[in-house]
Amino acid sequence: MKLRLYATLALLFLHAPLLVLIVFSFNSGKFTAWEGFSLRWYAAAARDSQLIDGLWNSLLIAFASAALATLTGTLAAYGMWRKAAPVLSAGLYVSLITPEIVTGVSLLALFQWSFRFLHLQLGMHTVIAAHVAFSIAYVSIVVSARLRGYDRSQEEAAMDLGATEWRAFFRVTVPYLAPAIAAAALLALAVSFDDYVITSLVAGVDSETLPMVIYSMARKGVSPVVNAVSSCVVVIFGALVLVSERLQRR
Amino acid sequence: MISEPLLELRDVHKAYDGRRVVDGISLTLGRGGFYCLLGPSGCGKTTTLRMVGGFENPESGEVRLNGRVVNGLRPYERNVSTVFQNYALFPHLTAQGNVEFGLRERRLKDCAAQALRALQMVELADKASRMPAQLSGGEKQRVALARSLVLQPELLLLDEPLAALDPKLRKQMRTELKRMQRQTGITFLFVTHDQEEALSMADQVAVMNAGKVEQFGTPEEVYLRPATRFVAEFLGLVNWFGPVGVRPENTVAARGGEGLAGTVEDAVFLGNCMHVTVRLFDGSTVISELPAQGALRAGDAVKVRWAPADEMRFP
Repeated sequence: MKLRLYATLALLFLHAPLLVLIVFSFNSGKFTAWEGFSLRWYAAAARDSQLIDGLWNSLLIAFASAALATLTGTLAAYGMWRKAAPVLSAGLYVSLITPEIVTGVSLLALFQWSFRFLHLQLGMHTVIAAHVAFSIAYVSIVVSARLRGYDRSQEEAAMDLGATEWRAFFRVTVPYLAPAIAAAALLALAVSFDDYVITSLVAGVDSETLPMVIYSMARKGVSPVVNAVSSCVVVIFGALVLVSERLQRR
Repeated sequence: MISEPLLELRDVHKAYDGRRVVDGISLTLGRGGFYCLLGPSGCGKTTTLRMVGGFENPESGEVRLNGRVVNGLRPYERNVSTVFQNYALFPHLTAQGNVEFGLRERRLKDCAAQALRALQMVELADKASRMPAQLSGGEKQRVALARSLVLQPELLLLDEPLAALDPKLRKQMRTELKRMQRQTGITFLFVTHDQEEALSMADQVAVMNAGKVEQFGTPEEVYLRPATRFVAEFLGLVNWFGPVGVRPENTVAARGGEGLAGTVEDAVFLGNCMHVTVRLFDGSTVISELPAQGALRAGDAVKVRWAPADEMRFP
């Protein structure tokens, strides 16, 4: 009983700010004093074209980068598993523990260096590339965990029964990995949508994402519109991460 | 016209990290028999099987199927199928789906009907729609067999398929496998470390040790006329009288008569027979297998003898 109480308290401490945020997103007043229930901030958010543009940008970037990162990350995990490459696998964790600001600055440096040869500038594509770069580690780690329980003789059996390497991979390995791949894709969506630091460094004028818009709004003064948008983000991505967890446990 | 042998290994070598696992194996298998590779773990028998299946490539030497060199050919390019030690069933497919897998890869017609017939042959038609996780070990094995046999390979490779089964089921499956081999006419090549399994099932046994074939012959030949000391000892107990080896069932211990003098140290009743341990006067011990009625007891003075025809001699 006591343990349950501690756990509840810890969770409350962890999530109290989110609860406050969600509660005040329904406040009819402008300040942090409860004045009555209202959806006016949600309505205001829906009319704010800057927010809506940011949301679309964020969704586009999240889906594009999640798709690319899931593909490359899954293949990377598979390759490392086949070749039993511990150094490369350790490299994934290096990517996870690198401070975001360092990743961001280094990506910016890379892009600017590459612009000397390519006629490009910062924009949507650089944000997507950056998101793919940091999502691959998440995807690979999730998929690798599932591969650890995979028996190579499954693929050998498929080839023995007449499947080529590619067909064995798609007919036997991919179905086995499917729950992990789905979980990894959701995680990639979430981390992409979530990111501020790296995105703000490599974004161009046309690629302001929702977190960037919210940040700039919050700096001008706390508007309950921010609360409304943030509440939506919390609920949607909370759900995504929960589904991802469930899938990984399958 | 002399028909080509089905499988021929010519001086095949394979090493891992400098360790020579298969060290010059030559072996010729005819069509339609039940063959066995027998040896202790690490003797190279599984690696040999994997080279025939196409999962490993020999470093030197040739693997020939129907006279054609198949070195370097992928598993799906050879008309050979393997039953894996852990069965390697696909967990996302039903028993039927597993058996259909190879038929579909070959784009054959009537996959479902053929798969069902194969499941009938292994007496699992009623469990066709079960997932592998819902099948017992013995049932999984039958599915694995059906999955391979349905493709009618020229050669079926079995990698210790009985190792994971409980002892009672294991004995039952020996008869089953023999029956399937006769019924299908497909050549079986079976790997095991269990000499009883090899002797009871195989038409011909290749006894392997340290990457080499020590002897290739019928079960009678390898048991009764072993070519080397290793073969003699691997296939059963041997009493050594200097350079001469005699099996316990051919070693007689009796109270009187001719023979080497010794004392009974222990007599173990085994149901159908007794194993009597005799300490000879030179200090060595030998085991004599006697009918259960013979009432020898520990401490009895006995004479140990054998017939010259039962002697096994090695250079």
